[in-house]
Amino acid sequence: MRSRSREFDSSTLNESVQNTIMRDLKAVGKKFMHVLYPRKSNTLLRDWDLWGPLILCVTLALMLQRGSVDSEKDGGPQFAEVFVIVWFGAVTITLNSKLLGGNISFFQSLCVLGYCILPLTVAMLICRLVLLAEPGPINFMVRLFVVIVMFAWSIVASTAFLADSQPPNRKALAVYPVFLFYFVISWMILTFTPQ
Amino acid sequence: MAAADDLAFHEFEEATNLLAETPDAATTSRSDQLTSLGHVAVAAGTGSSYGAEDEVESDKTALLQAEKPQPGFWTFSYYQSFFDVDTSQVLDRIKGALLPRPGHNFVRHHLRNRPDLYGPFWICATLAFVLAVTGNLTLVLAQRRDPSIHYSPQFHKVTMAGITIYCYAWLVPLVLWGFLRWRQGVQERVDPYSFLETVCVYGYSLFIFIPMVVLWLIPVPWLQWLFGALALALSTAGLVLTLWPVIREDTRLVAVALLSTVVLLHALLAMGCKISLLSSISSSRCLWSRWHLQPK
Repeated sequence: MRSRSREFDSSTLNESVQNTIMRDLKAVGKKFMHVLYPRKSNTLLRDWDLWGPLILCVTLALMLQRGSVDSEKDGGPQFAEVFVIVWFGAVTITLNSKLLGGNISFFQSLCVLGYCILPLTVAMLICRLVLLAEPGPINFMVRLFVVIVMFAWSIVASTAFLADSQPPNRKALAVYPVFLFYFVISWMILTFTPQ
Repeated sequence: MAAADDLAFHEFEEATNLLAETPDAATTSRSDQLTSLGHVAVAAGTGSSYGAEDEVESDKTALLQAEKPQPGFWTFSYYQSFFDVDTSQVLDRIKGALLPRPGHNFVRHHLRNRPDLYGPFWICATLAFVLAVTGNLTLVLAQRRDPSIHYSPQFHKVTMAGITIYCYAWLVPLVLWGFLRWRQGVQERVDPYSFLETVCVYGYSLFIFIPMVVLWLIPVPWLQWLFGALALALSTAGLVLTLWPVIREDTRLVAVALLSTVVLLHALLAMGCKISLLSSISSSRCLWSRWHLQPK
């Protein structure tokens, strides 16, 4: 009697590449929907994957990097700096949450934190479009409003998933680093100036 | 009658003997005789109103700590023991560092032999990012007043601020702890603080710098100096009051030298924060002129 997993394996080995890619893309897309409409659900936690965070991080870092022609010391972050901040920030927050006694696994936490960058990536896209118009205080106000709304959205989405994993007398201790993390990313988005 | 008097006197003597042995104890003894010394209650402490509770709690924690064996430093639970704090405890420690009181030793009263690493680590991280953000904002506000200044995000400030603050908050307590250990070897005295307790003291004392840096956005120079002096005074008062009981019995020269070094280093950190905010304006000004006034 063959086990179910072996049946499953042979069926995914024989399928076409398009099927495999579409299945993964659908999983990523489903998680994006969960982030955009945050409800208390376990989907992000149960089937974690790191494709979504990687796509989001690379997109954000590509859009945030400064050009190479201007002075090196005085610009915005480079691609590597954004990448390092996002991934090391997520790892630090996960370690902090585990050390405080949370019952969430390492990669589940990385998955949630990475996916909840989606609103801020959308904010970056909108900011870049807005910056194509002429600069001025209205331009800045629009960008500020968009970034604040998306920042709040990110925080709400991540706490909806992460809050239950901590004992109630330490929730604030676990949520504050998440707040700091998204604040820093929002700050990088808001201060982005094209050359 | 004589027997009752003897009994009452004996009880009182026993209480004073016990008190002489453990000067920090709180004793209550009540004689059910008809004498006028019906109720003898002695509560001696460090002058705090809840000395009795302190004693009971520290007894309990000492007992609990004696029961479980310390895990090895390669296990995860070893490091988990340093994050064994609640939100209310962290807030209470921050309050204790913000408002130092001469009777309350921060280590004995707030830490109570349970130092944590959460406070020092995240306070340093917050301070580094707040410095970078405030530097940026100072530049924006300066540009509003003086349009010749060119705005740029200056991201390298985050890295530099972070490295400086973390080095200060971890290396200086290491040196201080080593020095105190060495002096303890030279002169027998009260047990010094452990390394983690020193790191805690320094980490929590840096908290006052966060609102100080934010308030430095107000572009009035004398107000900035006032805030800086106030924050520095509060922070170093906390440090000095915590260190004083440990080096009180040392020679006058060593005590004064140590305290003045601690104060000086703290003042240098505050000056460093101020300079990093000022330099953002001057560096962007000279860079702008260099890039845009050169003949192409």
